[in-house]
Amino acid sequence: MNTKILMTGNEAIGEAAVRAGCDFYAGYPITPQNELTAYMAKRMPQEGRIFIQAESELAAISMLMGASASGKRVMTTSSSPGISLKQEGISYLAGAELPALIVNIMRGGPGLGNIAPSQSDYFQATKGGGHGDYHCIVLAPSSVQEGYDLVFLGFELADKYRLPTIILGDGMLGQMMEALELSAFSSQPSAGKKPWALTGCKARKPNIVKSFYMHEGGLEEFNKKLQKRYRQIEKQEQRFENSHLDDSDIVLVAYGSMARIARSAVDALRKKGKKAGLIRPVTLWPFPFDIFDNLLRKKKKIKFFVTEMSYGQMLEDVRLAVNGRAPVDFFGRSGGGIPTVEEILEKI
Amino acid sequence: MKKIFARPMSLRDIDTHYCAGCGHGIVHRLVCEIIDELDIREKTIAVCPVGCAVIAYDYWDFDCCEAAHGRAMAVATGIKRVQPDKFVFTYQGDGDLAAIGTAETVHTANRGENISVVFINNAVYGMTGGQMAPTTLVSQKTTTTPLGRNAAREGHPLRVCELLSGLASVAYLERTALDSSGAVIKTKKALKNAFLNQLQGKGFSLVEILSPCPTCWGKSPEESLRWVKEEMTKVFPLGRYK
Ligand SMILES: Cc1ncc(C[n+]2csc(CCOP(=O)(O)OP(=O)(O)O)c2C)c(N)n1
Ligand code: SF4
Repeated sequence: MNTKILMTGNEAIGEAAVRAGCDFYAGYPITPQNELTAYMAKRMPQEGRIFIQAESELAAISMLMGASASGKRVMTTSSSPGISLKQEGISYLAGAELPALIVNIMRGGPGLGNIAPSQSDYFQATKGGGHGDYHCIVLAPSSVQEGYDLVFLGFELADKYRLPTIILGDGMLGQMMEALELSAFSSQPSAGKKPWALTGCKARKPNIVKSFYMHEGGLEEFNKKLQKRYRQIEKQEQRFENSHLDDSDIVLVAYGSMARIARSAVDALRKKGKKAGLIRPVTLWPFPFDIFDNLLRKKKKIKFFVTEMSYGQMLEDVRLAVNGRAPVDFFGRSGGGIPTVEEILEKI
Repeated sequence: MKKIFARPMSLRDIDTHYCAGCGHGIVHRLVCEIIDELDIREKTIAVCPVGCAVIAYDYWDFDCCEAAHGRAMAVATGIKRVQPDKFVFTYQGDGDLAAIGTAETVHTANRGENISVVFINNAVYGMTGGQMAPTTLVSQKTTTTPLGRNAAREGHPLRVCELLSGLASVAYLERTALDSSGAVIKTKKALKNAFLNQLQGKGFSLVEILSPCPTCWGKSPEESLRWVKEEMTKVFPLGRYK
């Protein structure tokens, strides 16, 4: 039997990366994820892996580019302002079709904002963030255990589709301590199966890792290839958790830490005899559009209520999913305030 | 008949996109000659810059990685740390290495990363059409200093070798030029030192090469060589800095 231990979300993500075979980590200190960088500083050398404290997030993400181009499993972690700097490299990773895992333990913005938990980087994570026509897969854990588990999935998806994958957590998840079941060290199914990697051109033609396409039509052709892959991901990788959807009149929609509060609100509503349910997107990109479609096809009289630690970012995707077929209400706070169960009940 | 000069094996036989009299082509060849001589083509990974040499990988017949503008040394750091047995070098212009990538340059050098850096100082931004570079000489005209670089406003040319020479972790720094065949031979020697240092695990090595850009300087190839010798070397003295 696997024993459970207590860990913070930050540490759990770090331990998961180590156990998932992360070869290379580069990061730059920023609250509320400093424990994660420190954890990697301690654990990576213990396992004979590489840890670098970079001079900036710009450098950290480019270091990842080099290590990923070498065919290695790579991760960086940061929080909102640092992730803004990493957008340069994330766009290059997407353009060069390089897998990488990027963890954003979100804090309040815009600007330097504050260090309170927030979900105001949803747009940045799911709609591109850097320049160009690209997507990252975005995974949103709502517990320490799920943060741990999604690291394994994140690495696998990044390798499978050759793109950067983001874990979008928040300061609450990062700092919170919960019971965690550790899994065994896993081997990388993709290790050694990256024929595009830069390993020296021994017994093969030289490889080039690049995102630059100057010749007529070259970039458009490449972008079409990327778009085809994105459509495939949208079809195959939608993930969510739901509860009580069969008999709900009102469905709360929330992700990450906020979904824990929304779940309590659903329980409170149910206690009062209200038919409430929950959809918790686990993949924010691809957004789980299909569950909304399926539900709306079955139920004509239904209402949605989105709650976020932002002023309505995922809300836009829910509206797209619902597409005018049902009312969509919203309550959100950000910049330090976290919507409470009481506030949600009052707004519904 | 004995063959005494040939195209290096590591250099592809394709047309050049560089302007007539440009220094990039010369240094591309030198790099390839040394890689051939050291027989390290199959373990070489180059990091190409954003600048006129962005498509260096079209010429070089070994593994190459792109980097964002200025981030070549960070990319090289990532490659070298996970593949310490490979030969990793960056090739960068002065805008790339000494303006947008200054932080990466200073910190890669200061960590003493065991990589080699080929630094082309042509005193302008070539690729974007001849704007002021950090290395532009005082009173030199560029598209963004139409009246000439004014030291009071734009500062003095940034001297990378001098700047890095104070860092304890740097193994080797040398500044050379391309203004004559003798100078090209010296440049090759310096590059070979820098490459050998890495193979011997000695740490961060950088060769700064004063290189002509006739197009953006508005000079003929011949005048450009004279300008390197007579003007650039005054501000950027040649020699070993570390
Ligand atoms: C982030 C970013 N900013 C600006 C540019 C535009 N740009 C391309 S090359 C270049 C300057 C290159 O000059 P240098 O490094 O001196 O190399 P050279 O072309 O002279 O060889 C600039 C500013 C870019 N590609 N990316
Ligand atoms: S613009 Fe200058 S640096 Fe660029 S290819 Fe022409 S001569 Fe060389």
